[in-house]
Amino acid sequence: MSEKKTVKFIIARQDTPDSAPYEETFEIPYRPNMNVISALMEIRKNPVTDKGQDTTPITWEMNCLEEVCGACSMVINGKPRQSCSALVDQLEQPIRLEPMRTFPVVRDLQVDRSRMFDSLKKVKAWIPIDGTYDLGPGPRMPEKKRQWAYELSKCMTCGVCLEACPNVNSKTNFMGPAIFNQVRLFNAHPTGEMNKAERLNAFMDDGGMQGCGNSQNCVQSCPKGIPITTSIAAVNRDATMQAFRNFFGSDHD
Amino acid sequence: MAGNREFFNRRLHSLLGVIPIGVFLTQHLVVNHFVTGGPDSFEKAAAFMGNLPFRIVLETVIIYLPMLFHAIYGLYIVFTAKSNVKNFGFFRNWLYVIQRITGVITLIFIAWHVWQTRVADALGTADVSYEMMHNILSSPVMFVFYLVGILSAIFHFANGLWSFLVSWGITVSPRSQVISTYVTIGIFVILSIVGIQTLIAFVS
Ligand code: HEM
Ligand code: SF4
Ligand code: FES
Repeated sequence: MSEKKTVKFIIARQDTPDSAPYEETFEIPYRPNMNVISALMEIRKNPVTDKGQDTTPITWEMNCLEEVCGACSMVINGKPRQSCSALVDQLEQPIRLEPMRTFPVVRDLQVDRSRMFDSLKKVKAWIPIDGTYDLGPGPRMPEKKRQWAYELSKCMTCGVCLEACPNVNSKTNFMGPAIFNQVRLFNAHPTGEMNKAERLNAFMDDGGMQGCGNSQNCVQSCPKGIPITTSIAAVNRDATMQAFRNFFGSDHD
Repeated sequence: MAGNREFFNRRLHSLLGVIPIGVFLTQHLVVNHFVTGGPDSFEKAAAFMGNLPFRIVLETVIIYLPMLFHAIYGLYIVFTAKSNVKNFGFFRNWLYVIQRITGVITLIFIAWHVWQTRVADALGTADVSYEMMHNILSSPVMFVFYLVGILSAIFHFANGLWSFLVSWGITVSPRSQVISTYVTIGIFVILSIVGIQTLIAFVS
């Protein structure tokens, strides 16, 4: 019996958005190649704490299970990351799971990431082509630029970079690192560029791009390896030029 | 449209940190360094600065007002940050935290320093001179306080220059940001030598 391996989890629980969080410890049998989600599923089958107390199953979100949707993000051993790609074998035990508290907690490990989607709407992170008639094909994008843009488009709005950022918190209304990539991406697109000034001005408004203090945690934490800090500096440069144009006037845009 | 006051304030804060405050800091360190050539050399350099025309206007516009804005808005920035070096111990994150800590130390130091020199002079209780600084720095406690204050200010300026370059979009690529890291470390080392030599010269 002594050889029966187990995995120990310390999980932050919270019953409602407003109730106080508490911790529960679980010990489950080890299986090879487990990830954090498979462990959560195991606990769900029989939600009993390590002290033998019955409890409610843990709530969390997931979707793709292959690190492309971002839904399963949570704080694992102090680091925000996707739980579907967090392998138990590579984690120090006991494994601590917490929600990304930068966002409102819905329940247990589930958070509400709406603020990121609201931000994307505010900065018009899309290409407006809808109309009453067919506009025909747009300008083409050089292949090299397409490959570069593809890297920025990999963002899955997971929220890890906001969780890692010391300036995204309840005392500021900074939109957070991820938004810089999307402003840069859509401003770089040959059709999206037509609304560049509009996008920049929306981002320069209060509660937008201001708040970055260059801690550069975002670029270190992004699971998709997106060059976030390069995007931040690039958008800062565009905003500098836009501010001059706004102030001194310009005979175009 | 929510307006863009924040954008304006933040960019102004960033600009003032370099021009004029950073330029003044460098000038101040260099002028005081004349003390390494003896008390007379210091008195001459200080007298040149002190006898500039419209001195009070220059001081107000180039030093006091920009400093007041940068310090007050800087404190606001400090208190809206939630440091997390415990879980994110990256090099830049450490510098980010030290930038804020040195800002606060610099504020305390400058307030004390201005009180002890300029304000005392204006109230007529003391005269700013070699003698005055020699007396102040002869106390070991004050010597250490000045050492910490000056090094904080220099670090804050050098690292601030690095982030200024990012804030305005001058250094965009990772490589340019690495190069500017080395350049600003160089500025920190050089100005620190200037500052420490000055402190030592005042007591020897
Ligand atoms: C010798 C006096 C000072 C100099 C030369 C100086 C210079 C600078 C510079 C160049 C920056 C970079 C701006 C940027 O990131 O774009 C900066 C940032 C900063 N300063 Fe100062 N500063 C001084 C005093 C202070 C004081 C007294 C405080 C008050 C606590 C302060 C707080 C800050 C803060 C919080 C930042 C970070 C801003 C950000 O990341 O956007 N500074 N400073
Ligand atoms: S930039 Fe990276 S860390 Fe930030 S939301 Fe997108 S994928 Fe997640
Ligand atoms: S479930 Fe989609 S990223 Fe983990």
